[in-house]
Amino acid sequence: MNPVISAKNVWKLFGPDPESYLKSMTAGHSFDDIRADGYIAGVKDVSLDVSKGEMLVIMGLSGSGKSTLVRCFSRLHDITGGKIEVDGQDIMGLKEVELIELRRSKMGMVFQSFGLLPHRTVLQNVAFPLEMRGQDKHSTRDRAMEVVKLVGLEGREDYFPRELSGGQQQRVGIARSLAIEPDIWFLDEPFSALDPLIRREMQDEFLRLQAMLGKTIVFITHDFDEALRLADRIAIMKDGAVEQIDTPDKIVLNPATDYVAKFTEEVDKARVVHASVLVEDGSMGKGEPVAADATILSLARRLINDAADVIPVQMPDGNVKGMPRQAALDILLGEAK
Amino acid sequence: MTIVSDANLAVPEGGTPAMAVRRKVLIGLFGFAALLTVLRPWLPEALIRLPEAMLLPWSDWLDVGFAWVQNDLGLIHVTREIASWLGFLIDAAANVLYGKSRWPNFEAMPWSVVAGCLAVLGYWLGGWKLALLAGGTMVWTALMGQWKWAMETMSVIVVAAPVGFAVGLLIGILAWRSARFEKAMRPVLLVLQTLPFYSYLLPAVIFFKVGPTAASVATIAYSMPPMILMTIVGLKKVPPEVVEAGKMAGCSRWQMLRSVYIPSARTEILVGLNQVIMLALAMVVLTAFIGMPGLGAKLLAMMNSFKLGRSFEIGVTIVLLAVTLDRLSKAWVVKQPEHFEKGTPWWQRHILLLIGVATFVVFMVLAQVIPILNEIGRRQSLSMGSEIDVAIKGFLNLSWVKETTGFIRWFFNLWILIPTERALLYVPTAAVIAVVTGFCYALGGRRPALIGVLFFSIVAGFGWWDRAMITLHSTLTAVILAMVFGMPLAVWAARRETWSARMIFVCDTAQTFPSFIYLLPAIMLFGITPFTVILSILIYTMVPVIRYTIEGLRGVPPELTEAADMSGATRWQKLWNVQLPLAMPTIAVGLNQALIFAFFMVIIAAFIGTRDLGQEMQRTLAGTQLGKNFTLGFSVVFMALTFDIAINAWAEKRRRILGLA
Repeated sequence: MNPVISAKNVWKLFGPDPESYLKSMTAGHSFDDIRADGYIAGVKDVSLDVSKGEMLVIMGLSGSGKSTLVRCFSRLHDITGGKIEVDGQDIMGLKEVELIELRRSKMGMVFQSFGLLPHRTVLQNVAFPLEMRGQDKHSTRDRAMEVVKLVGLEGREDYFPRELSGGQQQRVGIARSLAIEPDIWFLDEPFSALDPLIRREMQDEFLRLQAMLGKTIVFITHDFDEALRLADRIAIMKDGAVEQIDTPDKIVLNPATDYVAKFTEEVDKARVVHASVLVEDGSMGKGEPVAADATILSLARRLINDAADVIPVQMPDGNVKGMPRQAALDILLGEAK
Repeated sequence: MTIVSDANLAVPEGGTPAMAVRRKVLIGLFGFAALLTVLRPWLPEALIRLPEAMLLPWSDWLDVGFAWVQNDLGLIHVTREIASWLGFLIDAAANVLYGKSRWPNFEAMPWSVVAGCLAVLGYWLGGWKLALLAGGTMVWTALMGQWKWAMETMSVIVVAAPVGFAVGLLIGILAWRSARFEKAMRPVLLVLQTLPFYSYLLPAVIFFKVGPTAASVATIAYSMPPMILMTIVGLKKVPPEVVEAGKMAGCSRWQMLRSVYIPSARTEILVGLNQVIMLALAMVVLTAFIGMPGLGAKLLAMMNSFKLGRSFEIGVTIVLLAVTLDRLSKAWVVKQPEHFEKGTPWWQRHILLLIGVATFVVFMVLAQVIPILNEIGRRQSLSMGSEIDVAIKGFLNLSWVKETTGFIRWFFNLWILIPTERALLYVPTAAVIAVVTGFCYALGGRRPALIGVLFFSIVAGFGWWDRAMITLHSTLTAVILAMVFGMPLAVWAARRETWSARMIFVCDTAQTFPSFIYLLPAIMLFGITPFTVILSILIYTMVPVIRYTIEGLRGVPPELTEAADMSGATRWQKLWNVQLPLAMPTIAVGLNQALIFAFFMVIIAAFIGTRDLGQEMQRTLAGTQLGKNFTLGFSVVFMALTFDIAINAWAEKRRRILGLA
């Protein structure tokens, strides 16, 4: 299947004349070398694909280039080098009207500090993208009302942003980004500005929405736990480059670099790793098979009580495969020293 | 001379090689100036003042240039076209407000209708207080029998302010879109903000003929610069995420501007509107000098004939009008939209609009039945002009009052004003330029110093040196006196939160008064004398001095004053070592504003009778000597900008050093 977003060797440099600098630059220049030449590498030679219905979480600390990368996908930034395709279209080749049309029909974005228009009510903010594409008043209102209900803000539609709490404001931001029924949904640290408790609630809400809508999602965060909780795949960024891109299970089990390992060290792996990741070919084991998407932690009782060497796992494709009990116990209890 | 001592203070003891170079340059400049001054009796005349033969005929060249633009380039046709449009708008406004008998013929609106509707507007914007202020001002104006004059003044403002707002907004947007255009605009705006008002008036008269049209053109031109600046500031301040949200919503460029940028910059744009209105009022009062009837013209006439009572009443009206316009427009800046609960009926959502319409209708009808609500004639008015006049003059004639004012006048004239003015006129031109350059160098470094040499040399080259020096003298003395009196007051007020708040409130209110008004108390107390000029500038410039000193002192981070307290500093030690040094950049901004204000005011004061640039400019108003008017005007601009650039450079440098930027 063709990826929805495909990035190949994408560069984004900031500085006086980035294009000619990139052309003249020798390969293997590090982030610091580039900085010494007076340029900042926002995105440094990134290649990745996002497939339909997938949730890719881009994780990195501030200044790692994650926000810049997502802005390259939507062409809020023009890239310096490489190629980005959205639905097979080279977005750098689009004319202004085509780009506007693409955003009006296919893309939605949620921002860290909400980016709401202060002079518009909740309903008017949500209706904004619909108005911009010239939809008629009646259907605009109906659709906006529908999304406002979807994010649970019914009854507040005539409020102004300043009259809402942070969590409610972000619900407006989410509703606005969903109003045009986008195929691709960009979320730039949507919950970072919120209190921890509200953040948790919003993550649940977000998962509920995604289960209903099944969008292709690029989600940015600096919070590794949030990434683990939400992602189908995680891309970890540092100094503009992607350090590792993989499923949460695999990142936790096999961090590719020391930098990634720093994040995974503190993580309770048993909460992250699923049974399906540990299965091996060969023996299927005996007894009732466990679900493929069960975490090791949820299987703790079975792992300790069941004395068999191999525990059967019901894989999504219908087959039953075996999971070595010792490997699972190592994850649950930590490796035997 | 005070400039010298100021500059010397800025020279540090010992220090780095860079400092040593700096000291040598300063000693060189001031030494050169001192030497020239001492040797003056033996110097040839050509070294003291630029000889006539060396002066270039700037005025004639400018006149030729203007004539070319006006006739050969056809600007006069453009201005005629604009004039006919503006004339139509002003006539329409004038018809509605005071029933001018020219097409389009509307009936004059009864004063009670205006008062009632403004009160409702005030209530909508800011509750009972503003309703009372707006309605009360109108009632006072009508009762005092000044309705027609006030409406003559307002008829220009209601046309000039919206036009100035719209054009300013447009230019601001263009400047924000194009960095190159903004770069080109900046110096133009700086010049416009320091250009004396006569240089607005004369071109307006030449291109638009004497009267309301010329008045409104001058008013529009004068009130526009802050609108342009505020628009640029506001548009640049729109949060990047809001912009990105707009782009992601698929806005076209026009949609971005209309639906995202302008609404998000609402606050700054409305602050710009507030300034447009206030400057328009300040200017329209001054257009009395080019024959614009209204409050300004009456005030000018009353002051000229020394009718203090009537002057006082008109002054109060102008002040009330200023405060009303200021408060109403500021209330609009902070007004936020409110939402109504679901199911609120239409009439409840628009209750104030309905009340406004009802007020309009009711007073319209009442005014037909009760003539006093329609118009208050001269005989019916409650003006106590002559009584107040007698009272004021009686008070001034009391022997102790007379002795006090006489003494003050004598003291300042004999011991301060005359000696310093003579000294400044005695000093050779080159020496003055050297001192100014040294002052700029000490404050801002090389660039401001080069600008200082260039600008003051241009002033010398324009050939109005002695008059320029008299202008400079009045300005500097008044500002220095304003600091001497204002700063201790500000330091005292800054000690308590409540005093500071009250003082700043007073200053902010005073700053909305048209500058012309500040002549009134000075004339009342000291009659028409040179000291009056200094006093009016002094009062006018004390406002920014006090305001910014308090703001600077209150702005010192509390942990620093607490650290000083815990180090056992006395109040004086704390003030000298912690608060004043940290407040200095802000105080410098106030000082800068005071200087610009002073240059503006000293020109207005020309009509009392000065011998400076202003007097000569006033004379040009009678004729068509645009070239002469502009050389005089730009003499003021170049002097003001020299100080502006040097002081701003210093304040910015200090801010950086103190980590306040």
